[in-house]
Amino acid sequence: MITFALDEEQSMIRDSLQGFAAEVLAPAARAIDESGEMPADIIKQGWDFGLIAASIPEAYGGGGGERSCITNAVALEALGGGCASQAVAIMAPGQFVGALLDFGTAEQKAEHLPRFAGGQPVAAAVAIQESQFGFAADAQRTTATRKGNGWVLNGEKRLIPLGDRADTFLVLAREDGGEGLGAVGAFLVSRDTAGLTVSTENGTQGLKPVPKGQIKLNNVELPGSARLGGDAGIDAARLISQARVGAAAVAVGLCRQATDFAIPYARERVAFGEPIGKKQSIAFMLADMHIECETMRWMVWKAASLLEHNDPGAVKASVLAQDYVRRKAVKIADDALQIFGGHGFIRDLPLEMWLRNARTLTVLDGPVSV
Amino acid sequence: MADFRLSDIDQQILDKVVEVGNSTVQHTRYYEDHEHEFPPAKLEGEVGFEAVFPLFGQRKPDDTPLMTFMMAVSMARGSTNGVVRGLGLGMPNGRAGGLGNAALQSAGTAEQKAKWGNLFLAMSITEPGAGSDTKAIQTTARLEDEEWVINGDKIFVTDGVRADGAIVWATIDKSAGRAGIKSFLVLKDAPGFELVRKEKKLGIRASDTAAYAFRDCRIPRDQMLGDDETVPKGGGSAAYKGVMKTFNMTRPAVASGGVAKALGALNFARDALAAEGVEVDWGRSFNQRSAPEQKLIEMEADTEAAALTVLHAAWLSDTRQPNNLESSVCKAKGGEVCRTIPQAAMDLLGGMSVSHDHLVEKYLRDGRISDIYEGTGQIQRLIIAREILGYSSEELT
Repeated sequence: MITFALDEEQSMIRDSLQGFAAEVLAPAARAIDESGEMPADIIKQGWDFGLIAASIPEAYGGGGGERSCITNAVALEALGGGCASQAVAIMAPGQFVGALLDFGTAEQKAEHLPRFAGGQPVAAAVAIQESQFGFAADAQRTTATRKGNGWVLNGEKRLIPLGDRADTFLVLAREDGGEGLGAVGAFLVSRDTAGLTVSTENGTQGLKPVPKGQIKLNNVELPGSARLGGDAGIDAARLISQARVGAAAVAVGLCRQATDFAIPYARERVAFGEPIGKKQSIAFMLADMHIECETMRWMVWKAASLLEHNDPGAVKASVLAQDYVRRKAVKIADDALQIFGGHGFIRDLPLEMWLRNARTLTVLDGPVSV
Repeated sequence: MADFRLSDIDQQILDKVVEVGNSTVQHTRYYEDHEHEFPPAKLEGEVGFEAVFPLFGQRKPDDTPLMTFMMAVSMARGSTNGVVRGLGLGMPNGRAGGLGNAALQSAGTAEQKAKWGNLFLAMSITEPGAGSDTKAIQTTARLEDEEWVINGDKIFVTDGVRADGAIVWATIDKSAGRAGIKSFLVLKDAPGFELVRKEKKLGIRASDTAAYAFRDCRIPRDQMLGDDETVPKGGGSAAYKGVMKTFNMTRPAVASGGVAKALGALNFARDALAAEGVEVDWGRSFNQRSAPEQKLIEMEADTEAAALTVLHAAWLSDTRQPNNLESSVCKAKGGEVCRTIPQAAMDLLGGMSVSHDHLVEKYLRDGRISDIYEGTGQIQRLIIAREILGYSSEELT
């Protein structure tokens, strides 16, 4: 049945995260962005909401709750409404955990999940992006080649969220010369594996203070058990879709924040004797921003819902949501900046930061997942 | 919790609805080219909508709420290229009715409903000099010897040729602005009433559009809708507000018509391109796609987005939540895609898309009205902007 209702728990999560976003994340955003340093304290406060541990089965020490893509979408939007960078830093390990929950073998789950169920933040990361321009998730250059019962990985991964500190990487790679997403596998690579070099990333346009790492894989030899899902492998289309929709959900929050910031300014700023909000050129921009904030949310929810139910239309819905949010989110952030004119360009206000974050979020294949 | 899947029975209903819509496609071109002819109540080979009714009985309480589902039905039906009839709102006697019937039901007294409920009533608001700005209407009504005497001109009366009469907006006190506006039932045999012409249009040609003239047109005093002849101080009359409230229900429906034409054009383009070997590979990333593939994805995303806003506005109504803002949001989106998607479909299909050999060009012509009637896209944005900025209709014009 078609319904837009959230259940009681989801509404509660949304409300408490919106409060956290407004009271803690948003006020800290500018200073963190300028320094480029993500405070450990923020990650800890986010961790304490238990969002990641909640869906880990009780057998591994978690909350035993349902793994819900809709709940994740709601949470990511709420956090993104405070600060996209902090939202990503807080929720990035959830991408790793989600992949484990969805595709991991019993042994892989038993090995990795328990440490995410505790009170201390743990960093692990999914490595998707590569160094070449024109990168496409379905055309990975990182390769995984069978060798005996194991695998050998070669390649380079970039812009890995929390990659500078992650204890484990889930590396996406093209298996045995296959093509397309169907040939993409995921491999659990511990930070101290021979042949793996980890370094910190240089700066980035948006999501600037999100700690990021890059890795080089030079004939990294892995046992067969390192392949996520064992013999069954993974459904890479699903994994990538969850990442795309995750980034889109954060972008929806960012756009709502930018729109809500621009509305009071349009009422206050006077030009030619009246508030600029009384001029249709500005009023209609704001109306469109509102329209698209709503619309993007439903696109994200639909994709998340179909992913949650493993519906055959889920991958398509995710592509549509990603495409829609990519076009609309950047425009909203850009229009919000335009309404502030020159003030939008100055780093005292958050407008330019939101534009950088919106552009960055929507070009990456998701540093977070639903 | 949030869900967008349909139950089996709802999917069956939508499939049947598409069959109903497709059953008149063979006649579509004829009524396009012979727009002076009204389509008969039933066309040859037509599967009537009544074929769908028995399936509704199989819906369960946990199926999609009714208003929401009816929007899905409307989008599915309109996405076919069947003959676009008049509005066809249901009347108590099972005949199709017009927008005036909806106004009668929402603003009429019990006696008026009983007396006129079985008439086919159009809605007559727009004038040559007053469209979206309804409070600027010039048509007047004055009371004289227990009769209302109406003077003025009305245009764009949907179903106005075939209707038995119309609910006509006129002011009884021009100085009072919208508070002076009342609605009146005028039957076609009223002295001083003239059906001036039937308009020739870009699209929806099987739905008639009339122009009326009222020259000292006299109707009995009890034919004012409702029974409140007073002019309230400040704000609109109850009847005016009643009609404005009706828009919260009708806007999603009109928006669904726009989305339907976008969907039809999209489906047509997708199928036609697939026959030429061009199909979307959903596993390919943005920068791996061909331009037509990317365009198809954008068209589908835009259409889907608009459809979701329609469903959302209806769902709010189903769950008894306010949907003022949301019905304007969906009307704006429906109005947007009814224009952009058929235009883009023709881009993808190239020159032959203009030919009357094919029906794709008709989606553009039939869809185009959806961003105009029931409030243009600009009016919707005005309503939305006022709401989010906290401005009154006087503060933001």
